[in-house]
Amino acid sequence: MAEKSEDRIIFTKKMKQEYKILLPMMLPIHFNIINKLLLLEGYQTELLDTVGNDIVQEGLKGVHNDTCYPALLVIGQLINAVKSGKYDMNKVALLITQTGGGCRASNYIHLLRKALKHNNLGHIPVISLNLSGLEKNPGFKLKLPLIIKMVYGVAYGDMLMWLSNQTRPYEINKGESDLLVKKWEHLLTEEFINPINLRMNKVVDNLSLIVKEFAEIKLSGEKKKKVGIVGEIYIKYSPLGNNNLEDFLLNENCEVIVPGLMDFLIFKADNRMVDIEIFGGKRIKYKIIKWLEDFFIKMQNQMIKAIKENSSFRTVAQFKTLKSLVKDYVGHGNRMGEGWLLTGEMLELINMGINNIICTQPFSCLPNHIVGKGMIRKIKDNNSDANIVAIDYDPGATKINQENRIKLMLANAEE
Amino acid sequence: MYLGIDVGSTTVKVILYDSEYNIIYKKYQRHLSEVRQTTMDMLEGLNEYLKEDSFIKVSLTGSAGLGLSKDSDLPFVQEVYSTQLSIKKYLPDSDVVIELGGEDAKIIFLTNGFEFRMNGSCAGGTGAFIDQMATLLNVSMDELDKLSFLHDKIYTIASRCGVFAKSDIQPLLNQGAKKENVAASIYQAVVDQTVAGLSQGRVIKGKVVFLGGPLTFFKGLQQRFVSGLNLDDESAVFPVNAEYFVAMGAAIYSENENEITYADLLSKVKNSENNKKLTNTYQPLFSNPEEYEMFLKRHSRNNVERINIEDYEGNAYLGIDAGSTTTKLVLISDNDEILYEYYGPNHGNPVEIIREKLIDLLSLKREEIVIKAGAVTGYGEDIIKTAFSIDFGVVETIAHYMAAKHFNPKVNFILDIGGQDIKCFKVRNNAIDSVLLNEACSSGCGSFIETYAKALGYQVKDFAKKAIYAKNPIDLGTRCTVFMNSSIKQAQKEGASVEDISAGLSMSVIKNALYKVIRANSAEDLGENIVVQGGTFLNDAILRSFEIELKREVIRPEIAGLMGAYGSALYAKSLAKGISSLISFSELEAFTQSSTNTICTLCTNKCHLTINEFANGKKYISGNRCDRPYEAGKKNNIPNLFKIKRKYLFSLKGIEGKRGEIGIPMGLNMYENLPFWHGFLTELGFNVVHSGHSSRKTYTLGQHTIPSDTVCYPAKLMHGHIEKLIDSGIGHIFYPCMTYNFDENIGDNNYNCPVVAYYPELLEANVRRLDQVTFHRPYFGLHRPKDFEKKAYEYFHEHFNVTKEEIKKACKSAYEAQEKYRKFIIEEGKKAISHARDNNLAIVVLAGRPYHIDLEINHGIDDLITSYNNVVITEDCVSHLVGKQKLAILNQWTYHSRMYNAATYVTTQNDMQLIQLVSFGCGTDAITTDEIRRILEEKGKFYTQLKIDEINNLGAAKIRIRSLMAAIQAKEYSNG
Repeated sequence: MAEKSEDRIIFTKKMKQEYKILLPMMLPIHFNIINKLLLLEGYQTELLDTVGNDIVQEGLKGVHNDTCYPALLVIGQLINAVKSGKYDMNKVALLITQTGGGCRASNYIHLLRKALKHNNLGHIPVISLNLSGLEKNPGFKLKLPLIIKMVYGVAYGDMLMWLSNQTRPYEINKGESDLLVKKWEHLLTEEFINPINLRMNKVVDNLSLIVKEFAEIKLSGEKKKKVGIVGEIYIKYSPLGNNNLEDFLLNENCEVIVPGLMDFLIFKADNRMVDIEIFGGKRIKYKIIKWLEDFFIKMQNQMIKAIKENSSFRTVAQFKTLKSLVKDYVGHGNRMGEGWLLTGEMLELINMGINNIICTQPFSCLPNHIVGKGMIRKIKDNNSDANIVAIDYDPGATKINQENRIKLMLANAEE
Repeated sequence: MYLGIDVGSTTVKVILYDSEYNIIYKKYQRHLSEVRQTTMDMLEGLNEYLKEDSFIKVSLTGSAGLGLSKDSDLPFVQEVYSTQLSIKKYLPDSDVVIELGGEDAKIIFLTNGFEFRMNGSCAGGTGAFIDQMATLLNVSMDELDKLSFLHDKIYTIASRCGVFAKSDIQPLLNQGAKKENVAASIYQAVVDQTVAGLSQGRVIKGKVVFLGGPLTFFKGLQQRFVSGLNLDDESAVFPVNAEYFVAMGAAIYSENENEITYADLLSKVKNSENNKKLTNTYQPLFSNPEEYEMFLKRHSRNNVERINIEDYEGNAYLGIDAGSTTTKLVLISDNDEILYEYYGPNHGNPVEIIREKLIDLLSLKREEIVIKAGAVTGYGEDIIKTAFSIDFGVVETIAHYMAAKHFNPKVNFILDIGGQDIKCFKVRNNAIDSVLLNEACSSGCGSFIETYAKALGYQVKDFAKKAIYAKNPIDLGTRCTVFMNSSIKQAQKEGASVEDISAGLSMSVIKNALYKVIRANSAEDLGENIVVQGGTFLNDAILRSFEIELKREVIRPEIAGLMGAYGSALYAKSLAKGISSLISFSELEAFTQSSTNTICTLCTNKCHLTINEFANGKKYISGNRCDRPYEAGKKNNIPNLFKIKRKYLFSLKGIEGKRGEIGIPMGLNMYENLPFWHGFLTELGFNVVHSGHSSRKTYTLGQHTIPSDTVCYPAKLMHGHIEKLIDSGIGHIFYPCMTYNFDENIGDNNYNCPVVAYYPELLEANVRRLDQVTFHRPYFGLHRPKDFEKKAYEYFHEHFNVTKEEIKKACKSAYEAQEKYRKFIIEEGKKAISHARDNNLAIVVLAGRPYHIDLEINHGIDDLITSYNNVVITEDCVSHLVGKQKLAILNQWTYHSRMYNAATYVTTQNDMQLIQLVSFGCGTDAITTDEIRRILEEKGKFYTQLKIDEINNLGAAKIRIRSLMAAIQAKEYSNG
């Protein structure tokens, strides 16, 4: 899998000292935490919070227009920032996630480099953020402590997102949930400065504290429609990608439920093991991944425990429950993009009693033809109350069409 | 009293009930995009029934009602929901509701599990679509309806969206198909779209209610739905007030809302005018009238001399451009001056228009003028050439280049936007270096503006003028016209003026051309000397938008609309010898044309042929994919690996065995792996039965179970293949999930794409009849033979009690069979290449996925290419000849790796060209196309891409292939 390095600009140790690293916005809470973690590691990172039509236009110019919308937005956002004049063009690097796998999304980083070249910016180094050992850079190394910090960061991010989604629609003092999120984002990352806090126990304590504080938020007892959001990972989380879907739903007087990122991490690790189970492969590789997966699962269990012990909040689902739910739908070998996890998330939401679901995807998303749109029929056959709407996002799709379909779904939610 | 207001994409409907739900007022009116004003006028019309202080309950609904409700603070109800309400009230025993509106299509299943669907963001087949098609036929919507009753034949018209359908209809018209038949076929396309796009796995049966404007007003459409869905008078319900059902539902919904006074209502709607806000807008096209003056002056310089034909003596040359929607004709002098010109719509019958104009021209021509030669180009090239005995046919690209060169000998970029085509060519070394045509999804731009202008009640000229002084041109996006429609809807909602819409449309057309077709990053990409042409550029707003976007001045010849014809005339002049063969004045006067339809029986393609016969005894056949109908019996002996591979695969027959029959759907990766599975299963004692060749019928058979209408056509066909197998009464169907492909050591990994890998799971979840058989969809990987043997044993032992020894033997034959096939392809490739070299023929590597050899997927493109004397080989004939390539993208799909390697190999062979086949909607090809282009162009090779889907029309493919060949010839010529 490893690539030759001569055709790309390596991010050197020297650059670490001198370069500003730009991060695209993907998941607001999580990326804020990750950004802060990287700052603490001595990287001069900056998380881009830019929005607007210019990003789409930049993407359209730089990337093949039939490429998926997330690629277009992420690349558009990065190039738009580089060209903004805010940064020294000779002292800036870009960071982008890379998953590998059979979905075309694994090509984001290459498309970004192509787009940079088109803009005569080929000299700008691009750093791959991945856990698969895809591309390596001497100036940017994901060492184990940082990986562990990031996993903790994901757990925190999931927790903050999961809880605030449950309090935000009902809070009596408007803005309280968001303030609490901000407070913890800051607190948690500060803690990481001291290595002593890099212990599971400390994280477990923090998770309980977070739950307790959210449980103290005063809530009105009103009833709201509960709407789950699943889908392609970028579109699902990124307000830039989904036209501020969560805000729209809040304004429509709904409670929003978005499954967390930890499941995706476990899913990606699990895939590698399933791959070996189905197609064969080295046992040693299997063992290393198993260790990693167990660590993720342990984290998830701690989150569940913290919620259960300290509150009456809805708990996140266990990965193994998700995995068992899809059994009659898709195989566990179905792993490209969001793979079987997406089907699993829809089923899990329904299990929780959340029948209203928006399945988001970029226009013509390849994996979602199968695991999203392709499974809705069967899910509805088996769950007569399921009220699922699939919404496509792309540069040409208009908000009004998307909102109209969502409104229809909501109208039927009243039945 | 209850008031329902339904503000749709094109019309406003108002209904007023008294407290007993008796209708006391109803009104239906087109809003011509003046949403608020129309609604306001209609509400004011209620003053006969309501006093200022009358209390009413009111709610709004409809796609444009949402915005109005927000701005006026009136209750809103989603339109499908309001339909449900009125159905419950009036027709409670209904099973299914189908509602077609201006731009929306909806279906509601009421019984056996409530379900509703609206058309996806990529779907036409609605009222606006019919409107657009009527414009295309130059008839009113009512006339279209009347015509449809007189049909005797239905053509296949792509049903996905208006643009696609248009590119099917236009050639039909140009080839002389009867309007009656086309009209009925348009309606049939709407029915197909409803079934394919909306029912998605549910069967439309029971009592079906039809609602909405189109289904109320067009009896012919009603007829097509009734017969298409196999309904009868009992089960098909066309209720009274069908067009008001949504509004009635809104009125019913208002029951639970608060009462307001009539005066309050009026003031709320009126005040909503103030809440206008425009989201994305551009700078005005011209900041002041002076700027516009300067602009006009600058462009008026590029003109051609006119000479009165009555004053001219000498030679003359005729040029005709029979375009998709317009016909252009010029006669030029020895000095390239224009003696005669015509530009006008062809009204679906270019032959008649050209006859008229030729009669006119020949009656003006005196004996002192000698027509030395004539040439014709465009969609109608063949039929016009035959009908009027024109000397030469010339491919459009060459015609346009000839003309552009006349205005700027240094021209290096030509952009032509016509009725529904965008064409652009780069010129290098006096030859056309690359040709780009718009993909089916963004075509139709020019005629779209025309249709849209008409829909708003404007002549296209006036509509264009409005754009000039627009203050806030709206950003309408750059996708196909259906998308623009909804962007316009949104803009209207936000209160945009016609001026702003017109200017915004101009910008969209330009951005489409630049970023979708040309894929330009900057003006530098296009070069210094740009000539623009085509009828659409006569629109000043479009020309200005182009200059603004490029930040560069370009040349628009004053005869922008005539360039194809002018270039043809220049072409004729360059080749003229002796006297033109053009038919005479008397022959023209006696000219007749008759057309008949028939089905070609010369091969399995079963093409629908239209045979035009002219008075001169000449025949013109269209609808054919090869030359066989012309030269029946004469065989095309040029090697064609598509055909050879097909023959090999379809010769793999099942053998009676102890384990009985097992079915394989013949599509997607089965076109690669059939030898493997055939070998494997036959050895195990199964009688392997596959579902055979695909055809349009295969698609229709399965289209009702397709859950995602944007998936590629090859995947869609699988639904039909499964149905075919089930129909055959087979007990087992085998179709494994395959994440991985064979590892050929030419990539970083060996994946299949997600659709190929996991489509069996989608089929299982959506094709309900799969319950009737045992469907085997295990996960298998063939890239690790030993592991495969183990896993195959586990599976087949469990399900068929197969022994280890049996599996071992079966694996051996399977891998051998696959290897034999691979070697066969390479051997046949070698033979084809040496045949080409022995006979001095060019070689085309027709690169794509293995399943692109399917007849229904490629529509006979392979035959088309060989008909131009090219040998056709496939990517896997040559991909093994070079090693793993270093690429600018992640190279991890086996089928892609083969194409990259084939492209690399082609760059080392002088007599080879590569043409890439791309299925519409193929997401991974967004990556391969750019990369293959890069590989080829870096080494000075041409890149040609043919996008294919269910559209059964090779017109665009022909232009590309001919242009490619013309470019190769020109290059060879310039290289000496």
